[in-house]
Amino acid sequence: MTTRKISFTLNGEHKEFDVLPNERLLSLLRRNGFKGTKYGCLEGACGTCTVILDGKAVNSCLVFAFQVNGRSVQTVESLGIGEKLHEIQEALVSEGAVQCGYCTPGIVLSAKAMFDENPTPTVDEIKVQIDGNLCRCTGYEKILVAIDKVSKSHNQGGK
Amino acid sequence: MKPVTKMTVVNKPLRKIDSSALSQGKKLYTGDLAPEHSLYVKMLWSPHAHANIKKIDISKAEKMPGVKLVLYHENVPRIPHCTAGQGYPEPSPYDTFMFDKKVRFVGDRVAAVVAETPDQAEEAIKAIEVEYEILKPVFTYDEALADNAPIIHDEPEAFVPIPIPYEPKKNIVAKVGMKAGDFEKGMKEADFTFDELYETPYAQHCPIEGYISWAQIDPYGRIFITTSTQVPFHTRRIVARTLGIPVQKIRVIKPRIGGGFGCKQEMLLEDIVAIAAYRLNKPVLWALTRDEVFRSGRTRHPMRLRIRYGLKKDGTITAIGLDIINNTGAYGGHGLTVMSCAGSKVLPLYHVNNIHFNAISIYTNLPVGGAYRGFGATQAYFPVETMIDVMADKIGMDPMEFRKKNHIRSGEGHPAFEALGEGKPGTPMTIGSCALAECIDKGAKEIDWSKRLPHTEKTSRFRRGIGMSIHMQGSSVPEIDMGSASIKMNDDGSFNLLVGATDLGTGSDTVLAQIAAEELGTTLDKFIVYSSDTDMTPFDVGAYASSTTYLSGEAVRKTAEKVRQQILKVGQEILQKQGFSKKIEELDLHDAHVISLDGSCKVAFGDIANYSLYENNQFQIGAIESHITHKSPPPFTAHFVELEVDIETGHVKVLKYVAAVDCGTAINPQLCEGQTEGGLLNGISYALTEEYRFDEEGKMTNANFMTYNIFSMRDKPEIKTILVPSYEETGPFGAKSVSEVCINGGMPAIANAIYNATGARLKKAPFTQERVWRAIQEVKK
Repeated sequence: MTTRKISFTLNGEHKEFDVLPNERLLSLLRRNGFKGTKYGCLEGACGTCTVILDGKAVNSCLVFAFQVNGRSVQTVESLGIGEKLHEIQEALVSEGAVQCGYCTPGIVLSAKAMFDENPTPTVDEIKVQIDGNLCRCTGYEKILVAIDKVSKSHNQGGK
Repeated sequence: MKPVTKMTVVNKPLRKIDSSALSQGKKLYTGDLAPEHSLYVKMLWSPHAHANIKKIDISKAEKMPGVKLVLYHENVPRIPHCTAGQGYPEPSPYDTFMFDKKVRFVGDRVAAVVAETPDQAEEAIKAIEVEYEILKPVFTYDEALADNAPIIHDEPEAFVPIPIPYEPKKNIVAKVGMKAGDFEKGMKEADFTFDELYETPYAQHCPIEGYISWAQIDPYGRIFITTSTQVPFHTRRIVARTLGIPVQKIRVIKPRIGGGFGCKQEMLLEDIVAIAAYRLNKPVLWALTRDEVFRSGRTRHPMRLRIRYGLKKDGTITAIGLDIINNTGAYGGHGLTVMSCAGSKVLPLYHVNNIHFNAISIYTNLPVGGAYRGFGATQAYFPVETMIDVMADKIGMDPMEFRKKNHIRSGEGHPAFEALGEGKPGTPMTIGSCALAECIDKGAKEIDWSKRLPHTEKTSRFRRGIGMSIHMQGSSVPEIDMGSASIKMNDDGSFNLLVGATDLGTGSDTVLAQIAAEELGTTLDKFIVYSSDTDMTPFDVGAYASSTTYLSGEAVRKTAEKVRQQILKVGQEILQKQGFSKKIEELDLHDAHVISLDGSCKVAFGDIANYSLYENNQFQIGAIESHITHKSPPPFTAHFVELEVDIETGHVKVLKYVAAVDCGTAINPQLCEGQTEGGLLNGISYALTEEYRFDEEGKMTNANFMTYNIFSMRDKPEIKTILVPSYEETGPFGAKSVSEVCINGGMPAIANAIYNATGARLKKAPFTQERVWRAIQEVKK
């Protein structure tokens, strides 16, 4: 199969990649070192590989790489650089919502996409947004509490 | 020992030490660490449930683009082994080969292709030509045990390494049983007797990171395996056996793990990546797809359970009979032990003098049973805790009062502890810490048990019900499992803590470091924890049997205690030079200093380390210690659920779930809550939706997350976790285990709540909408 060159904005930077016609965005990211996007089911059912594409949380396993040509992709590598965690990460960590942590980057990005549109979602809105991110460790309780905490902090003028 | 309330690190909800990096998506898991130029494995899996391989032609596949190696039964060692990661020698049949000339379930190994890309490997798989002789499959309990049943393991090499009942010609993997008192007499003495059949389904652990391993050859010719495993040391031993090479040739490294829940207590991929890397002298990676995880990974054993009880009108239970048939699928790795635990972790919960327990594990041509959180106890609690409600109902007693009247208490023993071990007798034990009564009271208050009405008073379409169940588990496998740790002190007063124990996402690295920090009078952030590397860390059996906190934690505490003595001595020497003459008994470790109890002098850990490394009487402050346990103290829990049943459709909505847990001292309360919440939701999901469905050929038809439904955030009820402290004298700082016990509640508590809502009794799980609806129709008749 022949490759084709595409270009898109990745975490705010203009990037060019050679992609195969059947390559998924998940595979493109991972083989280029963006390993924060994890592999879970490859069928859009677990949300582990969530990235933000033009402001929306999507499963990167269900997006062909060529489909992001000219668009904007955000991965977990853009959030919480170094010691300073993003507020969503900080809340998940401090509430004990990170157990094995494998689903966590996907949840961070699902929550980020939500907060970018609506800084103060209700508990029910959070549940709907995170419903596509499966977690087998936590029972979701602490994840919900953590994300709700971020929402409440925005409500109190935190952001 | 200072009281738990005076502790500064233990019993504190400190941050899990790896959680920040994990939340940032750092390269920490097996797949993230694989070399870029790794070759890829794809497996040709058996499409048949039971067949002989008459002929394999790999010649076309070998010539395909990118293909480096094709492995099948004619070109690999044929060494019988057991894939289950357990202590050695295992109480299990060695009934597995790297590849065999027979396939025993849909999803069994046939041949592996190693190629430059996954796509190339996939294409080459399609080019392998296999001629099968189809054999009659065995799918049901009755088919397996029938006279003249097809023999699934007819190979002459299969054997058991220790004397346990193994009768492969009858498809019998193992038998376990015990008797106490006189069961028949107990049944005769009863005012009421009960005899019911229950059934539990195949289920999968569904860690979000599936199975994944890679191997490479180091410059000295050794095989380094990086793998998502719960049992690195067992894996090293099993791979060595399977390849016919010394243990010394292999290093197993466990990085961060994306969940396991028991399914990674198994050597499942590692032999293939090891032999391929060795033959090709290149790194080789193998990751299963989700479909493959379901079909070819490990599962929760399905069981058929016959339960009999004798009961007196006053609520005395006069006899219990539990007969289990356990389907272990095509290979028998955990076939015996899972049945032992179905007895030893369940029967002791209630006072009954006359006991009959008989369990048999059978082979079938279906997916392979493995270790799964709860490990047999989860299955057995379904009938036991449902029947407790049935019996209470029969004599008109509140099921909570009935439980309180009959449950085990501190200071009591049970014959099952002594009778049921792992391929040999168990270990006699009396219960030490037990806060079960308090768990019941606190849980009942939280769910508002007093508002519970009988189902006969409910008439609307949407009917609410409240149910409960109580449970115990164990903490480690006594007299068998061993954990060890080493600690060394660095220049700046920080410490390296090396443990064989395996953090698979539970937070055990954090918990173990908290134990060490408490013992050493310093803070958690002074610890650099490294776990589960067979070259670098001391031995540990791995993460199973709820052992890490209790067993490995005590190994860590003992190690820290030794280091503590060394630090005190060096501190004393330094203080002496400074003109303070103190006896060791007059000194303590506090706030990363050696301090005198009278407050007159102190010396910092950094100064102590520098002194011992550079100044005088130099030596490395450090120690290594091991621990085995002599009992397996049970954690206890009381679960309460409130739900709503739509009697028109059979739909069950869980509204609130309460778990009150006695895990001894919670070393890290936040992590204990997390374990409880994750376990209980898995239990709810297992009760309501999770089951393998098979077609007539024994092929799973719902091997994906779209049709095998695990609970998502919107399915989650309101969850309330209540930690009820007790102090287990034999555990580190009073701790017992927590991880497994909370998965046991979902099935019986929900079954009891459905009954309380509708009057319908569910005896076959999961309680799908259809099954609940049908059960309601039965009641209407």
